[in-house]
Amino acid sequence: MDALQVTNLSVAYEEKVVLQNVNLTIPVGHLTGIIGPNGAGKSTLIKAILNQLPNKTGVVHILERPLNPKDHTVGYVPQRNAVDWDFPTNALDVVLMGRYGHIGMIKKPSAKDKQIAMECLKNVGMEAFADRSIGQLSGGQQQRVFLARALAQEAEVYFMDEPFVGVDAATERTIIAILKDLKAKGKSVFVVHHDLQTAADYFDWMILLNRTITAAGPTEQTFTEDNLQEAYGGKLFFMDQTKSNKTFN
Amino acid sequence: MNEFWVLLTGSLVGITCGLTGVFLILRKTAMIADAISHTVLFGIVVAFMVTQSLSGFWMLIGAAIAGLLTTFLVQLLQSGGLQEDAAIGVVFTSLFALGVLFITLFAGNVHLDVEHVLMGEIAFVPWDSWEILGVSMPKAVWMLLIVLLFNILFLVIFYKEMKLSTFDSVFALSIGLPIVAMHYSYMTLVSLTTVAAFDSVGAVLVVAMLIGPAATAYLMSKSVVGMIVWSMAFGVMAAITGYYLAKLWNTSIAGMMAAMIGVLFMLVFLFKPHDGWTWKLFKRMKIKDTEVHVES
Repeated sequence: MDALQVTNLSVAYEEKVVLQNVNLTIPVGHLTGIIGPNGAGKSTLIKAILNQLPNKTGVVHILERPLNPKDHTVGYVPQRNAVDWDFPTNALDVVLMGRYGHIGMIKKPSAKDKQIAMECLKNVGMEAFADRSIGQLSGGQQQRVFLARALAQEAEVYFMDEPFVGVDAATERTIIAILKDLKAKGKSVFVVHHDLQTAADYFDWMILLNRTITAAGPTEQTFTEDNLQEAYGGKLFFMDQTKSNKTFN
Repeated sequence: MNEFWVLLTGSLVGITCGLTGVFLILRKTAMIADAISHTVLFGIVVAFMVTQSLSGFWMLIGAAIAGLLTTFLVQLLQSGGLQEDAAIGVVFTSLFALGVLFITLFAGNVHLDVEHVLMGEIAFVPWDSWEILGVSMPKAVWMLLIVLLFNILFLVIFYKEMKLSTFDSVFALSIGLPIVAMHYSYMTLVSLTTVAAFDSVGAVLVVAMLIGPAATAYLMSKSVVGMIVWSMAFGVMAAITGYYLAKLWNTSIAGMMAAMIGVLFMLVFLFKPHDGWTWKLFKRMKIKDTEVHVES
């Protein structure tokens, strides 16, 4: 079974092509890093896969079917800075939003939905902050709440946009432990990531991206100096320090 | 009895606008209310030109269409690369000017004057009655009640969807919420609320009622439900205190109500516990005191 199949995906904003002819086939059960330089189209790739961009062409299949939100197969962690954290609500309420797809329109969250949301908060180590206003949480705590919301979606395939940006070391460890746990449970996780130092440790599968796919496959085959140089152009200054222990040649 | 109807009308404006205004503040589109409150004039004039009547029903339809047109045009200009505030400025002045032109050209001898639309006259409310289902009440009260019912129904049905699409539209889209349809439905409600309220308090003061109470509630609320309740409460408080002060000082009722919104906002802004302005000042002084104490 393939978690994700992308065929001839292209995205253009006005006249600028952001993604061109992306083709991917990724089997289920992997923790996949989406790696590439700034402006490579990493977030755009996720948004295009989730059918959020009107001006895209190509075909996307998730678990070998076209995306349908009613299937509840997909969980999503958007970029943390995409929302207003002064919004008047608390942490538990945000996690509960992950249940809205299951609850459906009009109906209210049930006691069971609340219980699931609370367990997800507990999973990310935030149960003590359930009633806390989201504006009073630190950046790392906010990111954990976003992750808990995605867990509450009880999905099969997860897409996460830069979950490690601006978080503290403890949060980073918590997040990666949860991602590895999801993988152990047979879920598929796609993570936009830009820290090459940690990428090889975190992910067992990789998509190297720069407007189009440079390489995609198991980490040991894709995360090579040649591929990285190609994806990053000449911009990879710190390659010398990392190649000895982080890349596979 | 007349006093009762004026108070009831004012309170209904406070409740209806207070309820609708909450999501304007949360969606950071407060200025679109300003735009809609002016462009509904265009809708009403066009509705009058088409139907040759000033009936409340056609006014509501005309206003709804004008509100949707405003929202659509603002969005169109924005997607063409203009900033939101500039887009609002261009659309609302153009449509408002068209409305004023049409009034003077085609509706010169009807009771539809610009000053009435802008300032309203709540004191005249009791003399214009409608009878529906055998109950006779002022037209303004009927219109406000009907629009309030629409607003409540919309929020009862779509509360959690409105909350999610306001807080995180990207996530809302990913779980299949129709965020565009919801945005336009909500803007239709804002238009209906505006036209129902402006006959009594005028277009300019509708903006005050839509934005002021909700902005005040925003300062002190930890949940959206709490914000809705406070916003409606502030709207009613401003209406009632405004009425009696206007009576006391023999001045414009609608103007006094709007002034009271400003007063309530300032009171909350200054004296709100924990992070109000005076509270912070007090804490800073206390810190200074302890420093002095330590030194001596």
